[in-house]
Amino acid sequence: MHLSNREKDRYQKHILLSEIGEQGQLKLKAARVLVIGAGGLGCPVLLYLVSAGVGNIGIVDDDVVSLSNLQRQVLYSTDTIGKHKADVAKEKLLAMNPEVQITTYTLRFSLKNAPDILKDYDLVMDCTDNLYTRYAINDSCIRADKPFIYGSIHRFEGQVALFNWRDKTGTKGASYRCLFPEAGEAPNCSEVGVIGVLPGIIGTYQAMEAIKVITGIGQPLSGKLLVVDTLYNTQRVIRINRNETIIEAVLKEKPELITEAAKTPVQSSGVQQITSRELRKLLANKADLYLIDVREGLHDEGIAYSHSTAIPYSHLAAYVDELMEENKVVVYCQSGRTSAMAATLLIDYGLPEVYNLVGGLNEWEKEKNKEVI
Amino acid sequence: MKINILLFGVLTEVTGETQLQVDAENIHDLNDLHTWLVKKHPGLQDKTFQYAVNQAISSAGHPLQAGDEVALLPPFSGG
Repeated sequence: MHLSNREKDRYQKHILLSEIGEQGQLKLKAARVLVIGAGGLGCPVLLYLVSAGVGNIGIVDDDVVSLSNLQRQVLYSTDTIGKHKADVAKEKLLAMNPEVQITTYTLRFSLKNAPDILKDYDLVMDCTDNLYTRYAINDSCIRADKPFIYGSIHRFEGQVALFNWRDKTGTKGASYRCLFPEAGEAPNCSEVGVIGVLPGIIGTYQAMEAIKVITGIGQPLSGKLLVVDTLYNTQRVIRINRNETIIEAVLKEKPELITEAAKTPVQSSGVQQITSRELRKLLANKADLYLIDVREGLHDEGIAYSHSTAIPYSHLAAYVDELMEENKVVVYCQSGRTSAMAATLLIDYGLPEVYNLVGGLNEWEKEKNKEVI
Repeated sequence: MKINILLFGVLTEVTGETQLQVDAENIHDLNDLHTWLVKKHPGLQDKTFQYAVNQAISSAGHPLQAGDEVALLPPFSGG
């Protein structure tokens, strides 16, 4: 492999760095990086890895661009609303740098499809927006022996780490499960706000770590968690030890450890979907159903109905026995994602008929507005 | 002398605080601190988080002394 004159020109400023040089640029060109999630974190990660000349990039995302993405997902524009993020991203990125190869996967990453996808990559970027996919990435990377660079955000704060990485001495660093063994707390719905610049900051940290790992320079964040608070400009690096007992359990596919990660939201068997319009009709006819608001934390009142309650998703398991009495249960949250997991949980516990409100309160409100108009 | 406690993410919303201090006299390890924290802020009981003592993830029995910095780190899911 070599660099063409055009490439030498394009990557001139990298080549001028003694830490990178032509050898480092060739390593970037040979690198195969899978970016899982092309949202807030995925956009800056992709922009900088493609600009940097990472030769082979895979993009996994099953989502389409929506208007509320544009405040932070800087690869997309108003005219791409409704299109698959992976496709739009590929087109934009190739226009920026046609020297790289980009492969798209318009699907949801899961433990099931992971082996097939991961085999073509050496480094994984965890840019997802939910804990389930994060555990799926963690567990599949441990099994496939691949390092992954984790980034996540909450309001004004972010976390970055390099997990499951083998250093030059052959010693492997911590995994995400060594930090958080179980997905104990439910991932919140998208009702939590986030400052648009934040994924830009955290994503570029991830991209920087990727370039360090690929070129072998500096000290990457292996066995360390970078914790950033942008509101108060504080940064801390927290040490994490690799927990071999947890790694072994993942390798042996111990069900008690992997059940959470194995559940992919929405597509679970047995859960039925209901639209806002359908639910509205049922409520108007005083249908025999029990309506449960599964949103976490403080929030305004949900959908008003005579037979309804609010149980945060993280508490739901404790109420299963009571709910067992109900013929038909409808769960909802802000966006329909937490409730999809809630529905799966209830079905797994043996409830006979569970419906998830598609699009959650976001769609419910839209539907309501339509009626007024 | 005090133990300094830092809160992150959703834990700041649960407690309404980003920092806390506790007298080290009656707090000998993370178990003691946890008991004290949950009593002061019962909302922490249901939350998932890890303790980091002086910037290293530490388990329940980890000893504490005056001047230690204890961070409560919850998982973030956003991306």
